[in-house]
Amino acid sequence: MDFKATLKIALRALSRNKMRTILTMLGIVIGVAAVIAMVGVGQGAQQKVQDQIASMGTNLIYVSAGSVNRGGTHLGAGATKTLTDDDMKAIVREVPTVSAAAPGGGASAQVVYENQNWSTRVNGTEPQYFAIRDWQIARGSSFTDDDVSHSANVAVLGATVQQNLFGNSDPVGQTIRIGALPFQVVGVLTAKGQSGMGADQDDGVYVPITTLQKKITGQDWLQYIMVSAVSQPASYAAQSQITSLLRDRHKIRPGQDDDFQVRNLADVAELADQQSQVMTLLLASIAGVSLIVGGIGIMNIMLVSVTERTREIGIRVAIGATEQDVQRQFLSESVVLSLLGGATGILLGVAASLIITKLLGCAILISPMAIVAAVIFSMAVGIFFGYYPARKASRLDPIEALRFE
Amino acid sequence: MQTAIQDESTVLAPEEAALPVIRIEAVHKYYDLGETKVHALRGIDLEIKPGEFVAIMGSSGSGKSTLMNMLGCLDKPSTGRYLLDGIDVSQLDKKSLANIRNRKLGFVFQGFNLLARTTALENVELPTLYARLPKDERLERARKALEMVGLGERVEHFTSQLSGGQQQRVAIARALVNRPSILLADEPTGNLDSRTSVEIMQIFQDLNQQGLTIVLVTHEPDIAHFAKRIVVFRDGKIRKDEWVERQSQAAEVLLNMPATDD
Repeated sequence: MDFKATLKIALRALSRNKMRTILTMLGIVIGVAAVIAMVGVGQGAQQKVQDQIASMGTNLIYVSAGSVNRGGTHLGAGATKTLTDDDMKAIVREVPTVSAAAPGGGASAQVVYENQNWSTRVNGTEPQYFAIRDWQIARGSSFTDDDVSHSANVAVLGATVQQNLFGNSDPVGQTIRIGALPFQVVGVLTAKGQSGMGADQDDGVYVPITTLQKKITGQDWLQYIMVSAVSQPASYAAQSQITSLLRDRHKIRPGQDDDFQVRNLADVAELADQQSQVMTLLLASIAGVSLIVGGIGIMNIMLVSVTERTREIGIRVAIGATEQDVQRQFLSESVVLSLLGGATGILLGVAASLIITKLLGCAILISPMAIVAAVIFSMAVGIFFGYYPARKASRLDPIEALRFE
Repeated sequence: MQTAIQDESTVLAPEEAALPVIRIEAVHKYYDLGETKVHALRGIDLEIKPGEFVAIMGSSGSGKSTLMNMLGCLDKPSTGRYLLDGIDVSQLDKKSLANIRNRKLGFVFQGFNLLARTTALENVELPTLYARLPKDERLERARKALEMVGLGERVEHFTSQLSGGQQQRVAIARALVNRPSILLADEPTGNLDSRTSVEIMQIFQDLNQQGLTIVLVTHEPDIAHFAKRIVVFRDGKIRKDEWVERQSQAAEVLLNMPATDD
């Protein structure tokens, strides 16, 4: 029998029992809608994580002073004093895949403005740090290279620190104290929010690296170097080049441990990305279960339908329907049922996603992939759960079937 | 107007030269119903030639329905052979059997067995769907078949809107639409009043006149006498097989019958 005639027969059979058809379809509708909405939520979360990672800066490589082994005792990370300003300059000069680098170090300190005080981390760095981390100054300006060479007492505040010390008033030009030293506030950073690991990136004060080293910590080595690669793919090459350069500079023999760590933030991003993918998968599988339940509903109704139409099957076989003809007839009914359910489910799922976006304000991505997958999956459900009833129909003994009342 | 069933000694009409369209050789049929074993056919030999009109009679349980199912390729003999147009049907696979039912055989049942909530035309079109004919030809054949049984005006009627006689005509049209060589009718008049029954017999006689081989199962002797040959079954065996000396002519019978309001 040709496709059009088969489809027509299937649609007619389904329209004979409208209520039953709708209720059966509902299982698939809910299943598909749930898959689309849940995948949407998952992918929205994934996008959010990716945005957060992007907010840490582009193509970042984080070089930190490593642990050192002294007479069998491992000291903690950052314990070595071998990472220096010269290393940083060498990285920029000798590694072609590196576009910029900024030194870093820091200490916890109490920051005071008039009667307000706040315990935060004071970071020493150079002006290009903000560019490397893709961090804009909201008010005022960054400190300058001049400030660095003069070890000037100037500070750029993170948004959290600004909020806690100044509230809504403008801090630029005001003088704060870090420990016992007075610092003039030259700028305030834009709020960056939480990092991918959950730390508040805005809770910090930035001062010239020289000021930090000379006046606050008294250390002349670096705790870390923030490096920016020319591109994200290049960051992997940069990572290994920096490693070999520093091993060379620090005269580490083959077989000896590094006295520094080079971490590519692309790796961190990948990890976070994987985690949110797992979440998406989890949500989708839970929704997928409801699709399977819907499929069982189809199977149930198709079995009822086969029994009800035993006589019809007998007639069809008697006038020349082959087993395949009968099987195709019932299979096409269940596939039409599940595809109609799938199509309705897509509409409902998209609508649900839009409503969730409106109500909860969380971003939801409706991916075409999820829709295509939903259609394919609901068709597969129709075939899978329709196969057994259809086969049962095709195997009926025509003589018995014709006698069936 | 009725011819009494003839004695077994009646001389059969001279055999025609044509090969038999149906040939049954030593057929037995057993049904295993768990504890009891039913021996439905106990050694049947039967030959039917093209153009014959055979009535099969017998009480219920005599084996005539079993034979009918077998002739219709819905059932297979337990032992023995059934040759349809010279082909041993028991050797064929299910698909070939379906094809034979579709193209070589036409079925007419006692209960009409039309699809409910379907128009006359769609019912008649059904076998052409399974024959995979193109749409235009399907419709044309279905219309023609309905015209042939005098229902050309009612093609779009749903089967539930038709009288019993009209429903049986639809069933006959459906049986004929693929131009089969044999028409198998199982108690086709069982649910019909006597005038409608004769009308159906007239259609059968006309079709037979045009060369269609008809096998008719009935338990009514006067219906059987519209056929050319009567085969009587009892206890799974053929008890009588004879030519009808004076075949009832449906057209004549109808003339002598009062018209109904139908």
